[in-house]
Amino acid sequence: MWESFGFEFVNFYFVPGIVLGCIYALGAIGITLTFGILRFANFAHGEVMMTGAYVTWTIMALTGALFGWALHPLIAAIPSVFLMILVFFVVDRFFYKPFRKAPTIKVVMASFGMMLVIRSLVQILWGPNQITFVKGIAKPNSFIRELTGSMDMMILVPNKHFLIMGGTVVIVMLLGYLLTYTRIGKAMRAVSDSPDLALVTGIDVEVVIRATWIVGGACAVAAGVFLATDIQMLETTMGFRMLLPMFAAAILGGIGKPYGAVLGGLVIGLAEELSSYPWIGDAPLLSPGYKSGVAFSIMIVMLIVRPSGIFKGRTF
Amino acid sequence: MDQLIGYFLYFCSLLAVGGIYSLIALGLNVQWGFAGLFNVGIAGFVSIGAYTYALLTTDTSPLHYGGLGLPLAVGIVAAMVASGLISAIIGVICIRLRSDYLAIATIGIAEIIKLVLKNNSEITNGPRGINKIPRLWENFTEERFYNDWPMSWFASAETWQSIFSSLPRWWWQPCFALSIIIAVYVVYRLLEKLRLSPWGRMMTAIRENEPAAHAAGKNVTGRRIEAFILGSMIMGLAGAVLAMHLRLIEPTNTFDPSKLTFLVWVMLIAGGSGNNRGAILGSFLIWVIWSASEIVINVGINVIDDFTNIHVGILSTRAGYLRMLLIGLLLQYILQKYPLGILPESRPTASSKT
Amino acid sequence: MNTDNFTLELKNITAGYGESEILHGINLKVKPGEIVAIIGPNGAGKSTAIKAILGLLNITKGSVLLDGNDITDTPPDRVVTKGISYVPQTHNVFVNLSVQENLEMGAWTRTDGIPERLDEMFTLFPDLREKRRQAAGSLSGGQRQMVAMAKALMVDAKVLLLDEPTAGLSPKYRGEIFSTIQDINSSGVPILIVEQNAKQALGCANRGYVLVEGTNRYEGTGKELLDDREVARMFLGGGE
Repeated sequence: MWESFGFEFVNFYFVPGIVLGCIYALGAIGITLTFGILRFANFAHGEVMMTGAYVTWTIMALTGALFGWALHPLIAAIPSVFLMILVFFVVDRFFYKPFRKAPTIKVVMASFGMMLVIRSLVQILWGPNQITFVKGIAKPNSFIRELTGSMDMMILVPNKHFLIMGGTVVIVMLLGYLLTYTRIGKAMRAVSDSPDLALVTGIDVEVVIRATWIVGGACAVAAGVFLATDIQMLETTMGFRMLLPMFAAAILGGIGKPYGAVLGGLVIGLAEELSSYPWIGDAPLLSPGYKSGVAFSIMIVMLIVRPSGIFKGRTF
Repeated sequence: MDQLIGYFLYFCSLLAVGGIYSLIALGLNVQWGFAGLFNVGIAGFVSIGAYTYALLTTDTSPLHYGGLGLPLAVGIVAAMVASGLISAIIGVICIRLRSDYLAIATIGIAEIIKLVLKNNSEITNGPRGINKIPRLWENFTEERFYNDWPMSWFASAETWQSIFSSLPRWWWQPCFALSIIIAVYVVYRLLEKLRLSPWGRMMTAIRENEPAAHAAGKNVTGRRIEAFILGSMIMGLAGAVLAMHLRLIEPTNTFDPSKLTFLVWVMLIAGGSGNNRGAILGSFLIWVIWSASEIVINVGINVIDDFTNIHVGILSTRAGYLRMLLIGLLLQYILQKYPLGILPESRPTASSKT
Repeated sequence: MNTDNFTLELKNITAGYGESEILHGINLKVKPGEIVAIIGPNGAGKSTAIKAILGLLNITKGSVLLDGNDITDTPPDRVVTKGISYVPQTHNVFVNLSVQENLEMGAWTRTDGIPERLDEMFTLFPDLREKRRQAAGSLSGGQRQMVAMAKALMVDAKVLLLDEPTAGLSPKYRGEIFSTIQDINSSGVPILIVEQNAKQALGCANRGYVLVEGTNRYEGTGKELLDDREVARMFLGGGE
């Protein structure tokens, strides 16, 4: 059983699916919070993810060249998080805030424009070519391999995948704490629930919006760095490639529901990877070229069947 | 003299591409300006039109399906129908939801279309694309056209050959550009007629006050889907014309969303959404700015590089991105400062309040 | 000239949504410790008057005074900080938040004494204490109204505005709500209440205003208005 099915399935489809799902989940958290609290689909979110990864790489390269340090990506990501939160603040102040009271579609349009502005800026600064993020071949974790190998269920998971899965668990737990136990987190849920009521309750909505950009920005940089760690390189189109699966994850989980976004991300990530498993016969069920179509199909089905998502989020 | 002809031909090609953009912008105006539908998958609908036209009209090729070598007009009509069908499916699913969802769905469908075009190599020749697409006017000089009806009714192949060889090589260029301009004019007149028709007035009423239109028993969703399909059909037409103009299309760079979808949005917003003349004006204006900015930026980079110690030579390879950045900021500026555009919408009825 | 005697005063307010004017110069006063009821037919501008106080719409003429200070056109979130608490007619609780979290959100502008006030609220609304961990969306209409009122009282309100608190509730809950309103008032909080249910509202109010078509029509003590034949004919229903 394990030889014929499990080994290949778990190591080459299931685990990569979960890893991809973690990355989608982190990105989708920001999208769903923005959608819930600021009430618009932020098309620039993927680009912030991508830029965060580029900045992280630059910090690693600079500290390497200047001080000879070999910074771990997660350490280098910390200053990058601050920078990207600043980017979100600036973008919000100058390009989104003028449309707070205008029809939503204006700010969606502005965010669509920002998507291209941010991407062009990255292409000007870093050039359009791929950059190697981490060198070398990722070897499977030897401890897990030996341990599971002795039980005749050899599992091959590279350390980078443990890092991504572990990191996602920690971030989601922190987010859970923030939303359940802190004043600002509860206020974020309140605004997401009803912005009008929040206003007449005296909640300072602008403070909540800033908190949203902070949380969304931190999760976006984490997602970008994890993605770069996984594929071991940087591309200026990687943010845009993530955008559709992340929207799909947010809609699947229910708009304004961070846990829904996490679940949605995992489902989309798994579905994309498992779609190319040879379920019937020897050929992949779906040609890997169509992988990114899976997210879209799930999203469309969800919009037909249940637009409010699994966790019954908002519909507009 | 040669230089003058060179300028004239450059002018023709500016007119042709400006006209193609005008067609797309007119299609978008039906969706956004008339019906308030936010379509960011323009590139997808244009590519459907282009590929349909290409596969139906090219000569038989071992590289891709067909081509069927059908008459150009058949290809154009089929391009419109194909684009309309795809938009009908998306419209029925998403238009009842809020505009954001339609935006996400359209950007998604554009990606899916790109995937299909890239991966179904046996039909579309995959990333290598389709070549030798017949172009209106120029196609008459191709053997398979003058050997066949209707051209063969008028003159023999030899006569046609001698006629064409007596003309300058570029004779078809002004004809092609003029045909596109005529097409833009026809579409414009039809849309103006539509805008002032009861259907157009109803679209305005729906946009102004949706609940009231609902309450008056109007089928709001139905009308919107119609507008979405009509707009996409015009985009399909533009796709067919674009395929003619380029003669070689492939799934990725030809239909780069930043140069199709985004630029067209800037054109419509700058020209004045809701105003058909604004859509055309915006298209030509932004297209000229876009074309000129390439020259200006490159000259600027060279000047800085030659006369200062700052070596910005590396930027010249990235000038295209700088252009994109500037046009993106231009959009933000227009959105905030001149949301109505150069030619603001004029309402069809005098009685309706602004 | 002595405006200090009024907790809340609306002077000649003209206001509306966008271009349509709904209030054409209304005057209204709430004295310390009073319950004041605004009654009137549908579309008379009752709820609009409350929204004008909160800064939710454009005031074109006139002014709103709180304790003699001009608060006209203060944005809604700042109005709360100044001491005006408001319970909207519908959508007045955060349905996805627990009862206690709703109350905590009500205390957003407060910096200290939150646990004490929470305890006071649970004493005032004993039903809510046992349901404190439940999502507000899972409660019945009457209980939601309690949560909404408790939430509004989490701050030290100078005046409490209630927009049709009994709309859509069963008679049993209606009575309960009105007696709670009197309890709250007896702790010293002045209350301005907008009601369809004119009879009960005037019954518990010190004074009342009758608005018709965006202007003041009658005013007087609750009893005066209840006894007024004209008012009775217009609003207190032909059923009795």
